Amino acid sequence: MNSPRLSVALAAVFVVLVLAVVPWAIEASGRYDLYYTLTSVALLSIASAGVWLTFYIGRINIGQGAFALAGGYISTILVVRAGLSFWLSLPIAGLVCAGLSVLVGFPILRLRGVYFAMVSLVLTEVARLAALALPITNGAKGISSIPLPGPISLFGLTLVPDFASVSNPRVPFYFLSVVLMILCFAAMYRLVHSRIGRLCQSLQQNEELASSIGVNISLLRVIAYAISSFLGGLSGAIFAGISQSIYPSSFTVADSINFMLNCFLGGLGYVFGPIVGTFVLYFGWDLLFQTGQFQLLIFSGVLIALMLVLPNGLLSLNPFARKSA
Amino acid sequence: MVQVLINGLYLGAQYALIALGLTLIFALMNVLNFAHGQMYVIGGFITYVVYAQLGLPFIVAVVAAGASLAIIGALVELLLFRTVIKRSHREESTMLLAAAVAFLFDAVILLVFGEKQRGVPKIISGVFVSDALIIPYDRVVIAALAAASIAGFMAFVQFTKPGRAMRALAQDRIAAQLMGVNVDRYSMIGFALGAMLAGLAGALLVAITGVNAGIGGPISIKAFMMVMIGGAGVVGGAIAGGFILGMLESVGLTVLHAYGDITYLVIFAALMVFLAVRPNGLMGKPWG
Repeated sequence: MNSPRLSVALAAVFVVLVLAVVPWAIEASGRYDLYYTLTSVALLSIASAGVWLTFYIGRINIGQGAFALAGGYISTILVVRAGLSFWLSLPIAGLVCAGLSVLVGFPILRLRGVYFAMVSLVLTEVARLAALALPITNGAKGISSIPLPGPISLFGLTLVPDFASVSNPRVPFYFLSVVLMILCFAAMYRLVHSRIGRLCQSLQQNEELASSIGVNISLLRVIAYAISSFLGGLSGAIFAGISQSIYPSSFTVADSINFMLNCFLGGLGYVFGPIVGTFVLYFGWDLLFQTGQFQLLIFSGVLIALMLVLPNGLLSLNPFARKSA
Repeated sequence: MVQVLINGLYLGAQYALIALGLTLIFALMNVLNFAHGQMYVIGGFITYVVYAQLGLPFIVAVVAAGASLAIIGALVELLLFRTVIKRSHREESTMLLAAAVAFLFDAVILLVFGEKQRGVPKIISGVFVSDALIIPYDRVVIAALAAASIAGFMAFVQFTKPGRAMRALAQDRIAAQLMGVNVDRYSMIGFALGAMLAGLAGALLVAITGVNAGIGGPISIKAFMMVMIGGAGVVGGAIAGGFILGMLESVGLTVLHAYGDITYLVIFAALMVFLAVRPNGLMGKPWG
């Protein structure tokens, strides 16, 4: 265990890096496309953080795509059909996803191990099929040309400008996503190091034992799953906002598996694993784009090699190992 | 309605064969083999190459597909899963590995066989027609071959020495090891057998539905559903799950046809309710 001072210093360096150094570097180098890439990484790592939390209670979650898709559709429908503000639709999308996950979670969280993994995988398919079949989602054509988020002002003071009025709307989206990512991981860190975090870890180790000493396991796992789905829904909603469109194929089984891979790759024992995993996986995939048809072959080969060499995640290399427990 | 039930039966026999391999690997090693659908696709393509392109008899193609997949399965276990299981702190790591293997196979399939849908010439032409029924003969042959493969597999597991070792391994890995079962060796044989069953299923089904590079993932999902219905790690459960899903699909497509493409949505919803009542499927052992 390292000193808390070092942790705070590292966190501060990270915040300055993503909020000041990265935008400056992008402006200086003119690589504006990186805004979008980094925004995606931030959003995907938020969804992956949710998956990580379900790993933390000992459940293999391959169903995050379902909630990301649901969140995207809920936000879109609220904005397009009900004319609600994008900003208001974000928390609503997250909360509705959390509500859905409570409904689904009560029965399926009784399952463990491979059973839960398979059901959650099926859940992703359910979400896709539901998006195709429900009348309000406009089927396979999806919903496109969603308006950009409007301004937020408080007492006449404009806190966030109208995204449509900014010359490059990718920039405010970058800041939005990165700030949310920082808040999300700060909250995760706090959660994991709180009493609830300890209790979650007791679930991961042995549910029966935890239950026998008075831990309310069914409540706790539903809470963890609801938080996880909230994050999934939130990130899906912002994704729909950025791409200004959503389709049933926006989040599929492959995305759900990727969320899981992000967590694994970063390391399941580390709170910040999802950020590292998402970053490496997303950029690795992008870099390999030049290899054309061999992209997937090399990508999966490298993944397998990483698994063989570092089965406990990239962060197990970290000299400052911020082990979660 | 009889027609619908008959359709359900052939689908069931094919599905059971797919689920069997998945459940075998799970029972022996606690590995959820994500690459199962991809193994199925490879089996299908090998059959296509041997039977349709080289013009050899269909049965040779099926054997070739089964044998190649058995070798691939053995290598995957030997080189990849064994190492990761030994080194990792958490058993979930095998799932990442399985997912990465699935991606790798997808890439290989695309590079080697291309993205086109491939079908093979009919193995037997002709259709049995009566007042109520239309049954193409090739489907009957394929369903019979699938049933024969399942029976052969069950006989192997029940009556041979490796089969007995694998059953012991599935019951209790540590106890089996203490009784002198060579765990590493039988894990490899089991993985090879599971992969072979996937390859056989692909080889047989290519004669009916054809094969393309993209169906691996959906096949895996179907296999997962069958295993969940029947209960993971139980041979009888996989077979039951296969037939139940085949029947549901066949009946669902007929009955729900009027409401659009919602058969699978309904099946999934029913599965959730079913699992709420019986979390371990029809005959599964409890996890952990």
